[in-house]
Amino acid sequence: MLDKVIKQKLVVIGNGMAGIRTVEALLERAPDLYDITVFGSEPYGNYNRILLSPVLAGEKTVDDIMLNTVEWYEDNNITLRKGETITMIDRRTCEVVTEAGDRVPYDRLLIATGSNPIMLPLPGKDLPGVIGFRDIHDVDRMIKASTDYRNAVVIGGGLLGLEAANGLMKRGMNVTVVHLLDTLMERQLDPVAGGLLRKSLEERGMVFKMPAQTQAILGEDRVTGVRFGDGTELAADLVVMAVGIRPNFELAKKAGLHCERGIVVSDTMQTYDGRIYAVGECVQHRRQVYGLVAPLFEQAKVCANHLAMKGFATYDGSVTSTKLKVTGIDLFSAGDFAPGPDKEEIVLQDANRGVYKRIILKDKKIVGAVLYGDTIDGPWYFQHLRDGTDVSHMRERLVFGAANLGDGGVSGQNSVAAMSDETEICGCNGVCKGAIVKAISEKKLFTLDDVRAHTKASSSCGSCTGLVEQVLAFTLGGDYSAAPKVKPLCKCTDHSHDDVRRVIVEQQLKTIPAVMRFMEWKTLNGCHSCRPALNYYLLATWPGEYRDDQQSRFINERVHANIQKDGTYSVVPRMWGGVTTPRELRAIADVAEKFNIPTVKVTGGQRVDLLGVKKEDLPAVWADLNDAGMVSGHAYAKGLRTVKTCVGSEWCRFGTQDSTGLGIKLEKFMWGSWTPAKVKLAVSGCPRNCAEATCKDVGVVCVDSGYEIHFAGAAGLHIKGTEFLTKVESEDEALEVIVALTQLYREEGWYLERMYKWCDRVGLEQIRKRVVDDVKNRKALFERFAYSQQFSQSDPWAERASRGVDRNEFAPLAELELA
Amino acid sequence: MTQWIEIGALDEIPRLGSRVVRTPGGNIAVFRTESDEVFALDDRCPHKGGPLSQGIVHNKRVTCPLHNFVIELASGQAVAPDEGCTHTHPAKVENGTVWLALRQAAAVS
Ligand SMILES: Cc1cc2nc3c(=O)[nH]c(=O)nc-3n(C[C@H](O)[C@H](O)[C@H](O)COP(=O)(O)OP(=O)(O)OC[C@H]3O[C@@H](n4cnc5c(N)ncnc54)[C@H](O)[C@@H]3O)c2cc1C
Ligand code: SF4
Ligand code: SF4
Ligand code: FES
Repeated sequence: MLDKVIKQKLVVIGNGMAGIRTVEALLERAPDLYDITVFGSEPYGNYNRILLSPVLAGEKTVDDIMLNTVEWYEDNNITLRKGETITMIDRRTCEVVTEAGDRVPYDRLLIATGSNPIMLPLPGKDLPGVIGFRDIHDVDRMIKASTDYRNAVVIGGGLLGLEAANGLMKRGMNVTVVHLLDTLMERQLDPVAGGLLRKSLEERGMVFKMPAQTQAILGEDRVTGVRFGDGTELAADLVVMAVGIRPNFELAKKAGLHCERGIVVSDTMQTYDGRIYAVGECVQHRRQVYGLVAPLFEQAKVCANHLAMKGFATYDGSVTSTKLKVTGIDLFSAGDFAPGPDKEEIVLQDANRGVYKRIILKDKKIVGAVLYGDTIDGPWYFQHLRDGTDVSHMRERLVFGAANLGDGGVSGQNSVAAMSDETEICGCNGVCKGAIVKAISEKKLFTLDDVRAHTKASSSCGSCTGLVEQVLAFTLGGDYSAAPKVKPLCKCTDHSHDDVRRVIVEQQLKTIPAVMRFMEWKTLNGCHSCRPALNYYLLATWPGEYRDDQQSRFINERVHANIQKDGTYSVVPRMWGGVTTPRELRAIADVAEKFNIPTVKVTGGQRVDLLGVKKEDLPAVWADLNDAGMVSGHAYAKGLRTVKTCVGSEWCRFGTQDSTGLGIKLEKFMWGSWTPAKVKLAVSGCPRNCAEATCKDVGVVCVDSGYEIHFAGAAGLHIKGTEFLTKVESEDEALEVIVALTQLYREEGWYLERMYKWCDRVGLEQIRKRVVDDVKNRKALFERFAYSQQFSQSDPWAERASRGVDRNEFAPLAELELA
Repeated sequence: MTQWIEIGALDEIPRLGSRVVRTPGGNIAVFRTESDEVFALDDRCPHKGGPLSQGIVHNKRVTCPLHNFVIELASGQAVAPDEGCTHTHPAKVENGTVWLALRQAAAVS
């Protein structure tokens, strides 16, 4: 019965990279929603157009670059009409019309017609032997020409032109590149890098004529030469025009769809006719047109999401990067590198090694990068560029790349190009670089997950993930999948932390199953990574409304104690600001004796840890501690942990303020709050800093005139001093700023992302603006924190010790005498 | 020969959670999935003996709380790339009551 349901018809015009990527993504999300028909002018399945350059250079074959074979379309019940061109869209009847006059109806239409090479309107441009560089057909003709003729002229010294010239040269032709300007690839390179590139291509035998304007193409039956503006002529049997591309939108325009430089689309990839979508090089989005695949694939994902009627993803535009695919030449360029008054640059030039690097900074962020000769850090710079990271703290060493930062692995990357094949990349599974490279090239792997599945590298502890990604990027070179994309929250989903947080708010999702259903989780109940994350996001988003899901909590947070290696627990009562009393100490001593607790230890956070408590004893231990007025220290929580203080002006001869008092105030206000990762505070009474405030998540250093607030420090796996946030004059202001800062982190941090990583990602200035400068916003943040505290400041120990919460958790289900 | 022993009501075990049954041969963790299936395993992770009963349950798997080994509840096998196996015991639910049958190995050792 079900198969009688009439499906909606989706017609796709254009069997290329963007169109088919959209279809693939759609099938993943909604495999049965549409009857899909794909029209493509080219007589093949879908292939990887990027790799036409290596095909031309004889490094790959056409078979190597096929992405979706004809069988793939059959297997997925897609009607492929290859070799058929659509000549008209009839929006009145919702039909497309083929060259042969066939009419095919659609409910939704996807236009992905790509672009065409620009053919300069020169005399002789239609002569045989004058071609563009766009598809397999062009490559076939170039290969044929290289066997029959000797002299080739390539017009255009951009990426495409140089790749064409390199290929033809490899096939034995004499190649001259004609370029209008005096810098090669001027859109990606500055004059210095352009010069280096020219020099190494000349060393390989390429000839350049530049700057030069082509005036006419000569010949009678076939091209025989080219004439230039200065009157000189050059013999040529083959002319390749590679001066640019023009989005292919005639069809759309004729159908009355709004077009400017491309088909104009919204953030959901819809044209002005809501039933008609467009993706790829043919579209114009927020005034941008793109000519590289990474952004097109992002568009494809959003479009598929919308076609699948999920409707929550949006495309916000992309920043792109480029690599030249000429074997032996390493070149990387990204972003904006035109000089400007508000920009700074860092340049490294090492003529001996043939290395040139230029990093362009604006407002402490990387806005552009040009690398020549050593491009291994390209992806790393690009990541910081896309993330808008504040790089001021690593400015001096920035140009030497990730490997030389010595940042204790905060970015976890290293230079893989220099590594030998035997270098071990994944310590957990003993996988060396050579094995990974081999798997990537032989098994055609494109993604991190592929590599994990095939080699096991980075599948265990994950600390080598950055390295594996670099090996991937380095091995694939310019291939598309190396494009960095947003990291999914975990393997159960494709969505990032940010996506999930946004959708929870937008769609008012209030339970874990609701989030998983709406965002199409790939697993039934998620896993140990995503469930705690979702639980936190819901708790932080809907205070008072969301019911904490105990089963999605890591054991420590479920039983409010820290599990130890032997399955016993440790118990740490709160000592406000690190201050205790004889009564409390006596109670702790009594409890330790009464329950035979083997170890009593002072922690680094100024309190006492009782280690080796049996799970079933926990409620009774807590009851005794509660009786002496003590509550949970949350030593187990992704939440507020300790507030370390020094004795300050109350006792110390250097003390400037009551650091102990402020610490206690902070702790009393903030205890019980859940945060993305643990939060530790400290308050020092003077700059001698006995409470070590400058390596905490938030630290206060008291001075005569007030309170300096620092944050984003760490002293664990990574060591990092804090950043200075602001200075205030009163305790109340200090409290307000610190609470607001914590609330912002609660609202924006990714689960398990410590405050210093969040700061790295979002940028110090951004945070300061919203927490310090914008007073109204600060107060609003403070209010939201205060509101959510009324639901979280109930001692979890008391709830369990005397109010019977989670009774089942602590007792066995049954005791069997004999078995 | 399997001998079924009644160990308690299904409601006493949280969904996507677990409870422990004490035996002279060591603890047994009894898990309940979202769809109310039950599984019983020795409460010892094949890695370093972590108490599986304290882990997060997802679908028919549990993640060990100590170092995140993921164990299949039905077979006791660690999910690749990790290796190892935990002893399983037959368990069933009838009319809201959970029954357990102890295999010789656990009972004796
Ligand atoms: C030689 C070369 C090297 C490149 N190198 C890189 C690189 O290193 N990195 C990078 O990111 N990008 C590179 N690109 C660019 C990249 O290939 C394109 O951005 C990408 O292929 C565009 O995808 P698309 O789907 O928009 O268009 P296409 O892949 O061109 O697909 C459009 C398809 O639609 C068909 N079509 C058009 N009109 C009709 C019609 N009316 N009816 C039916 N079918 C129609 C066309 O025949 C074509 O097959 C390179 C491109 C070339 C040519
Ligand atoms: S930080 Fe300053 S005030 Fe505090 S104990 Fe040390 S010296 Fe004294
Ligand atoms: S430093 Fe390592 S071994 Fe010591 S308590 Fe922390 S995690 Fe355990
Ligand atoms: S003991 Fe279970 S993962 Fe280590």
